[in-house]
Amino acid sequence: MNKNYNFAFLDEGSKREIRRASLKAVAIPGYQVPFGSRELPIGRGWGTGGIQLTLSLIGPDDVLKVIDQGSDESVNAVNIKKFVGLCADVKTTTDTREATLIQTRHRIPEIPMTNDQILVLQIPIPEPLRVVEASEEATKRMHAEKDYAPIWLELYESLVKYKRIAIATEYPCMVEERHVMNPGPIPKFDNPKLHDAECLCLFGAGREKKIYAVPPHTKVVSLAFDDVPFERESFAGKRCRLCGSAHTYLDETFDALTGEKVYQCSDTSYCKEARGQCV
Amino acid sequence: MAYVAVSGGREAIEESIRLLDYHKSGTDKDIEIEAIENKLSLLVDRVMSEAGLYAKTYAALALKQCEGCVEEAVFLLRAYRSTLTRNYYTNEVDTEGMRIVRRVSAAFKDIVGGQILGATYDYTHRLIDFRIGEEIFEDARKNMQALLAAQTPEPVAPCPRVSDGLRKEGLLDVCAKNDQKPLDVTMNAPVFPAERSARLQTLARADTGFVSGLAYSSLRGFGQAHPTVGELRCGYAELCVPYLFDENESVYIGEILLTEVECFNAADDTDRLKLTAGYGAVFGRNENKAIAMAVLDRELDAGGRYPAQNEEFVLTHGDSLEMNGFISHLKLPHYVTFQSKLDAVRKTRGTEHE
Repeated sequence: MNKNYNFAFLDEGSKREIRRASLKAVAIPGYQVPFGSRELPIGRGWGTGGIQLTLSLIGPDDVLKVIDQGSDESVNAVNIKKFVGLCADVKTTTDTREATLIQTRHRIPEIPMTNDQILVLQIPIPEPLRVVEASEEATKRMHAEKDYAPIWLELYESLVKYKRIAIATEYPCMVEERHVMNPGPIPKFDNPKLHDAECLCLFGAGREKKIYAVPPHTKVVSLAFDDVPFERESFAGKRCRLCGSAHTYLDETFDALTGEKVYQCSDTSYCKEARGQCV
Repeated sequence: MAYVAVSGGREAIEESIRLLDYHKSGTDKDIEIEAIENKLSLLVDRVMSEAGLYAKTYAALALKQCEGCVEEAVFLLRAYRSTLTRNYYTNEVDTEGMRIVRRVSAAFKDIVGGQILGATYDYTHRLIDFRIGEEIFEDARKNMQALLAAQTPEPVAPCPRVSDGLRKEGLLDVCAKNDQKPLDVTMNAPVFPAERSARLQTLARADTGFVSGLAYSSLRGFGQAHPTVGELRCGYAELCVPYLFDENESVYIGEILLTEVECFNAADDTDRLKLTAGYGAVFGRNENKAIAMAVLDRELDAGGRYPAQNEEFVLTHGDSLEMNGFISHLKLPHYVTFQSKLDAVRKTRGTEHE
């Protein structure tokens, strides 16, 4: 641990400010709280919102897990863990159950999280309405007026053009029937995990200087029409080549020798546990 | 199985960092921090300006650490700066009283206090000087010092602004004095419409290429600006902070080199015309950035349909860290999101089970 910097890098005043923004976010689920995002030694756009949340929350007794694309070993996850380790002497783990704090990019773990855990998501573009309106001034007003017609229209136009809602990730959802929220670039496969969850989910966008939250047991409904239900990515008939799971989010890869298309769990911690149980 | 979904990240990163050291060890010759600070001073100025941290030695150090990459050096300084406690805010800087080293006006031939050409590359012929490869710098420095020693220094009196005269004549827009505390853009999320203090801070820290390109777009046709550089001054301005025990007193803490520009534009004043000013001020000697900033300041006042007149567009896309951070993040793995994209594309093509 590098003693030249404060515990968890940020000064206590900054950490307090971020926690205050987080509390406000918890109080208004799905509402984007602006905050004075600090500059970190990690690229702005590389998860600095999530890292600031993690740094503001972490204490000496925490157990930290960092994943990227579901994997603990991915370069970015390793890099973030290394940075937190430089400035905070905390235990890290790859085990979803053991962690008290999980920072993630692009996935929500397959193993359901509990009410003594916090999930921190890294968010590039927090604004769900950005796809239909470029101006922040305008989208802020749209949220205030609950003017969500343009995003519904976007969904409808996709349906007319492609016969299905072709939004891949960042699939918008309605939180507590009030705010439309961007769940971040998680696959829509993970959207249902936000609904009525046991754990607190915090979303941090460093570059865009916003924090928002889905507290435990919050109603989170992915936008869909009565006659066109919400649809997740489908992996029908496919299973993980390693653990055999058929109900997880799968990465599609190629066998370099045979060129054959194979699938495996994107959540490496889950996959490992599932394999352990098979033996 | 031949393919192993990316793992071993830790080892890969360590080796990658070692390779960077290899790139930095290309020759036995070293380049000293002092040399970078003094001989690449315009580069140092640019880095300090985009970082929003006036620290020449640290800027030189940062440049050396990252093989001279401007955005990396800016990044290093910003990340360091964000760990420093903000002890004081300086008093208003009196740029009218600056110790001027260069001052030109494109509006008037003769200005009170005179034009001082100072150091500029404007009138050099851009021919590569091959002698530089053989130059002995010790001699160059000695010769220059001898030249200076033989001269008697002349004091430069503070100059009033060119705009003062036009204001007195009632031709130039007069802004009401605004003593509102400036919004600190490093500690607050932006709000639109933005306060002018937030606009000027954001532009002063913005990427040089970004502000130059945008200002150029507005000169060329995507905007209204046909500015005249009323005054460009470059010099040393004094910094003072309030004295803790007596608020009427202040303490001098040093001086910084600044480039300041006022551009004049003709503008509509109901059935008449008037002149308006755009303002730019940046750390160090960086004249094009200061002029571009002044052009954009005016364009944002005017507003309109072009990119350079759109406040949100101009103020949210020019930060070196933010633009480069987001662009470079595209190199990160996107396996999960791409898988989802594949799924969406296949479903619209009816090929999802292939």
